[in-house]
Amino acid sequence: MAAPLLEVENLQVHFETEDGLVKAVDGISYTVDRGQTLGIVGESGSGKSVSSLTVMGLTRARNARITGTVRFDGKDLLGTSEEDMRQIRGNDIAMIFQDPLSSLHPFYKVGAQIAEGVQAHRDVSKAQAWDRAVEMLSLVGIPEPRKRADAYPHEFSGGMRQRAMIAMALANDPKLLIADEPTTALDVTVQAQILELIERLQSEFDTAVVVITHDLGVVAEMADEIAVMYAGRIVEKANTDTIFAAPEHPYTWGLLSSIPRLDAPRDEELVPIAGRPPSLINLPGGCSFHPRCPYVREAHTKVDPELKPVPGAPGHEVACLLDSSVRRKLWSELRSGVKPAEARSDVMEEAR
Amino acid sequence: MSVSASEATGANPVAREKIMEVEGLFKHFPIHAGFFRRQVGAVKAVDGVSFDVLRGETLGLVGESGCGKSTTARLLLRLMEPTDGSIKFEGREIAGVKGNELKALRREMQMIFQDPYSSLNPRKTVGSIISDPFAIHGMHKDAGERKKAVQELMDIVGLNPEHYNRYPHEFSGGQRQRIGVARALALRPKVIVADEPVSALDVSIQAQVLNLLRDLQRELGLTLIFIAHDLSVVRHMCDRVAVMYLGRIVELATSDQLYSHPRMPYTGALMSAVPVADPRLAAAKKRQVLVGDVPSPTNPPPGCRFHTRCWKAQEVCRNEDPPLVAKDGGNLAACHFPLSDAEVLERVPSARNVNG
Ligand SMILES: Nc1ncnc2c1ncn2[C@@H]1O[C@H](COP(=O)(O)OP(=O)(O)OP(=O)(O)O)[C@@H](O)[C@H]1O
Ligand SMILES: Nc1ncnc2c1ncn2[C@@H]1O[C@H](COP(=O)(O)OP(=O)(O)O)[C@@H](O)[C@H]1O
Ligand code: SF4
Ligand code: SF4
Ligand SMILES: [Mg+2]
Ligand SMILES: [Mg+2]
Repeated sequence: MAAPLLEVENLQVHFETEDGLVKAVDGISYTVDRGQTLGIVGESGSGKSVSSLTVMGLTRARNARITGTVRFDGKDLLGTSEEDMRQIRGNDIAMIFQDPLSSLHPFYKVGAQIAEGVQAHRDVSKAQAWDRAVEMLSLVGIPEPRKRADAYPHEFSGGMRQRAMIAMALANDPKLLIADEPTTALDVTVQAQILELIERLQSEFDTAVVVITHDLGVVAEMADEIAVMYAGRIVEKANTDTIFAAPEHPYTWGLLSSIPRLDAPRDEELVPIAGRPPSLINLPGGCSFHPRCPYVREAHTKVDPELKPVPGAPGHEVACLLDSSVRRKLWSELRSGVKPAEARSDVMEEAR
Repeated sequence: MSVSASEATGANPVAREKIMEVEGLFKHFPIHAGFFRRQVGAVKAVDGVSFDVLRGETLGLVGESGCGKSTTARLLLRLMEPTDGSIKFEGREIAGVKGNELKALRREMQMIFQDPYSSLNPRKTVGSIISDPFAIHGMHKDAGERKKAVQELMDIVGLNPEHYNRYPHEFSGGQRQRIGVARALALRPKVIVADEPVSALDVSIQAQVLNLLRDLQRELGLTLIFIAHDLSVVRHMCDRVAVMYLGRIVELATSDQLYSHPRMPYTGALMSAVPVADPRLAAAKKRQVLVGDVPSPTNPPPGCRFHTRCWKAQEVCRNEDPPLVAKDGGNLAACHFPLSDAEVLERVPSARNVNG
């Protein structure tokens, strides 16, 4: 088998701040193959954006301490000079953000901005670059693309700006697209247009996609594999079907039971996750989820669980000190409507 | 609009009393231009809506950004004056009330806002924020009595009453939203409007606030008008749902009716667009993607307002405005060619699991 397109290994991104060391990303590893989609989910502040920005070389501030490896297409990106990174960004790796205005300049015409991106990486004439811009705008479904290329970002609606940004990101046929909350600010109808667009372009160009979102529905529809992040770590990783059908980390269970679903009975009780995410400066000892976890045992406040393969489930990894057999029982209880607090006594006895 | 919207209560055997009746409601915001600031047009934010609110129910308002949900809510609470139309509260016309009468009305109806960060004054303690309504309405003048009333409210919404003297920035987003809920409950209102109350919150915190609102609504017998753009959240919370498009209600039904068999193609498209957190259903789904953007509310399309984006549109849709009337299954929908069950299932596979 060919090597994965993107390999992230034991990546750590710590920021030195006045308040102390912020462990934004604390040793995560994942791979993405060509044409595949990895979804990264988790609450806000869990390190999703920082990890992806680091892949792009966009967290190289003086206060940042970055260790680990990022290998892209065989090349070590953490050791790559800023100048070379600039060549890679917008060419081999492209990124789309939640807020399109953060990457579209307000005073330049949309078409000119896309064309400029093309000329920066390709040896083409101005006219050719402009044609490419128009072609891309048409590809992302902007009506009358030749006319619209002449417009300024503020003349576009929110959904059109998002599509223009995708046009810009994909103009150079990147091998990897990182989409950070690409649809969070949009209405569901526009979101559906954008997701459809990303999927279509991906299947046409075999692009690898990393999609970051807090919306479990979005990853269920887009991702082949999902990584669940909590407090700077990946706490569970598996293919998409497994994450939804047989998740084994209590935090993943919490996320799944706190969203109302269109496909569940209407009066099903939501089970919120207690408390809130920890400070990344003062992480709780042991398992960092333990203050919010309904299944915590004494030992879990001292021992920090590693992300380990689930026996008999290839590709499924979980960072939890409970036995896989116990976790499976707990999950099936939860599914049958048992509240986390009630599950503790009987099933948990076995965990001792 | 001839049919009273409260007739869409099929699944609810007890015909409940109407607490509010809205008839032919309009709000047009004038657009001025030129040297003389002449009016050159109007944003037709709410453009002829009629519906009833039943006592003790949770009524949802959904639709894309800009369709008029918040404006409708503000009109109901008389936070602004309608351009035209009638709003009755407990049988009394309130569309034109002013002064003391309006102030008295504020005690009956309250609002919870979307943004738990900007809707609370950062320089005031939680105690004084929650007791603001008491001050405005001259209630609980005795300091001790007021503190007791506030701490009771804090307890009801799950805040620690000892945190009476803390400031908003010392609370998390979910806790701040609880402060907003406590403030809204202070005057024991009969109706509460929650405008996107959880949109700014993380999923785990969102569930805490949704549970709180649902419990309070049940325990205190409140009438809740719940605005959200997340259709799964609306289904979870609401007994009945009104779908808005370009200043109009285009479908109104009980949650069970709406989610198991939407009739208006726009409702179908909204539901089809919701990403389902179940990979198998997601794979089975033929996502109905709408083309184009929402037309301008200054100049809505003639005939059915949705015809510019509707895949079922025929000639009659471009010319005749369809009335909001009962369709197959009991939903009120404004459509010449309502969706069949087969068309729904193809686009919204989750509808199969929703027992009507
Ligand atoms: N004060 C105002 N002056 C002019 N136009 C207004 C005003 N308030 C609202 N509008 C317009 O009225 C329409 C409906 O606005 P409204 O705020 O009710 O939408 P909404 O459905 O709540 O949208 P969102 O989900 O974005 O909050 C929009 O086109 C809006 O721009
Ligand atoms: N340049 C920086 N300096 C200090 N802390 C930072 C910096 N960038 C991000 N952080 C912190 O890192 C954590 C993770 O941030 P982020 O990855 O943006 O979260 P999210 O999962 O919401 O995308 C947050 O606590 C954030 O405040
Ligand atoms: S290790 Fe313990 S505290 Fe951590 S997630 Fe597993 S059960 Fe919960
Ligand atoms: S009336 Fe016609 S255009 Fe309007 S929703 Fe129905 S089918 Fe579509
Ligand atoms: Mg982020
Ligand atoms: Mg609004």
